[in-house]
Amino acid sequence: MTFLDHFNQIQWDELKMSIHSKTPVDVENALQSSRLTHGQFLALISPAAEPYLEAMAQKSMQLTRQRFGNTLQLYIPLYLSNKCTNICTYCGFSLDNKIRRKTLKMEELDREVAAIKKMGFDHILLVTGEAPGTVGVSYIKSVIERLRPHFSHISIEVQPLDQEDYETLMKEGLDAVLVYQETYHRAAYEKYHLRGSKMDFNYRLETADRLGRAGVDKIGVGALIGLEDWRTDSAMVAAHLDYLEKTYWRTRYSISFPRLRPCEGEFQPVSIISDRQLVQLICAYRLFKPEAELSLSTRESEKFRDNVLPLGITTMSAYSSTHPGGYADDNILGNEDLEQFTIDDNRRPEAVAEAIRAKGLEPVWKDWSHCFSHS
Amino acid sequence: MLKIADKTFSSRLFTGTGKFSNSQLMADAIIASGSELVTMALKRVDLNEQQDNILGPLLDSQLEHNLNLLPNTSGARNAEEAIYAAQLAREALGTHFVKIEIHPDPKYLLPDPIETLKACETLSAMGFAVLPYVHADPVLCKRLEEVGVAAVMPLGSPIGSNLGLKTKDFIQIIIEQSSVPVVVDAGIGSPSDAALAMEMGADAVLVNSAIAVARDPVQMAIAFKDAVIAGRRAFKAGLGGRSLQAKASSPLTAFLDDF
Repeated sequence: MTFLDHFNQIQWDELKMSIHSKTPVDVENALQSSRLTHGQFLALISPAAEPYLEAMAQKSMQLTRQRFGNTLQLYIPLYLSNKCTNICTYCGFSLDNKIRRKTLKMEELDREVAAIKKMGFDHILLVTGEAPGTVGVSYIKSVIERLRPHFSHISIEVQPLDQEDYETLMKEGLDAVLVYQETYHRAAYEKYHLRGSKMDFNYRLETADRLGRAGVDKIGVGALIGLEDWRTDSAMVAAHLDYLEKTYWRTRYSISFPRLRPCEGEFQPVSIISDRQLVQLICAYRLFKPEAELSLSTRESEKFRDNVLPLGITTMSAYSSTHPGGYADDNILGNEDLEQFTIDDNRRPEAVAEAIRAKGLEPVWKDWSHCFSHS
Repeated sequence: MLKIADKTFSSRLFTGTGKFSNSQLMADAIIASGSELVTMALKRVDLNEQQDNILGPLLDSQLEHNLNLLPNTSGARNAEEAIYAAQLAREALGTHFVKIEIHPDPKYLLPDPIETLKACETLSAMGFAVLPYVHADPVLCKRLEEVGVAAVMPLGSPIGSNLGLKTKDFIQIIIEQSSVPVVVDAGIGSPSDAALAMEMGADAVLVNSAIAVARDPVQMAIAFKDAVIAGRRAFKAGLGGRSLQAKASSPLTAFLDDF
């Protein structure tokens, strides 16, 4: 029994219709509830909830402060490799994109670590494309081994792995794994993923189950907003999370909501979420799951991030470079031929920390101890 | 004076360092509360830095205000992790006091009684002054006492919930039966909750969220300080019994007066 069994019972079109049939009464009912059902979450992401955005934001902020206090966790992504054997039509790392491919060697890794530590980060997210030959489990394992003494929290965003692989990595000190379904619309998924192991929708969908069984401390879920109707995909994320929380009750969960932007000459998203709607989604997630971590990346603009950060966000990246080797070079903008997507907020970490303080929150650099990962 | 292990405390309000918007405000609130025992999550302490920035302003005033540190093992999911964390904390912070928090459930952060008992037995034998965070379970509290804990810390309601003493009747039993100090921890959302716990005879209360997330943490800290003092004084003065029924006369036994 995995999430796939539940997933197969959910009809995309019915779910979509159910969201669009929500009324103001459903929204008010959800706003008054202290523990929301999945149906109530649907009301909050529906068009009917749009006039209630301010009330949602107020409640979202209050719940976030009560649970997480006046703090905000900072982390930095470290891109290890942009090699990829998949063709995904929306991604800069796609096999058919003519970019310079690079995988960090151990000496280069050390230089990146030194640059990152100098900036003050203690929580790190390792990111790769999917190239199991070069960037397989043994490579990731040796990277974690090398980073362990320098960071108190290590998470990965790499290709889905088998349960035993996760267990191996956890022994080296892996704390969290982020794996996004991209879209829960099976037919659309097949249209976007044209080559490589990522074509296997089911294997990806069951990744969180394998992680739960491996006993990893934290699992990150999400959909890439823009590939399909954002409301229905987010409703799927919420259903997935509901299932995971009940099944793997020892695990912590985080949700991300990366969105694709329309841009000239490149991939065009089929569903566009406005700033206002993204705020609605963030607040809806918070009201639905007061304990979940909500993470906001530097894909978003400085202005958007600064205004949204007190409303429900718990975790933020800063000064991200999406090309391998970007930190030691301190050449964050110059290497567009290597990067996965363009960063919108490129302020230095101390400037982001200052913006967090300006909102009355304390930027947190360390909130984990490796003694809890593998004692 | 309250005595726990080898330390005495004139304040019965214990506080925490989490959730404050900055470390100066945290230090100001804790000092205003008069608290002499302050818990902090080991996971937040940077063990590599001599002067961790979250504790900086607090440690500066530690001596002057008789502040003792109570590292906690928040983040640990089993006894093994908690024991390891306690050892790290002793080394890093130079105290043998430790608050055992083992919550495998990250949602409501409820404590695991089985792992807690195991960890407390080992750590007490190793010479730690162990203060376990537990459910308001009277039998568990007696079992913990038998393995040598320095105090017990039953919860009023889930951590950070501010719901008050939902477990009131069980806390009353624990207070009645305990031969180690009883510190009511978690869920105390307002000064009246703290006063109630103290009136019931708790030896101390631990308050963090309700102070840290208040609009004015320093004023709230003072309110809690006053409430704890009032509650303790009321307990010692002896509360009158409560009943909704008026007790004007003794209709059943008044006839005896005629004899």
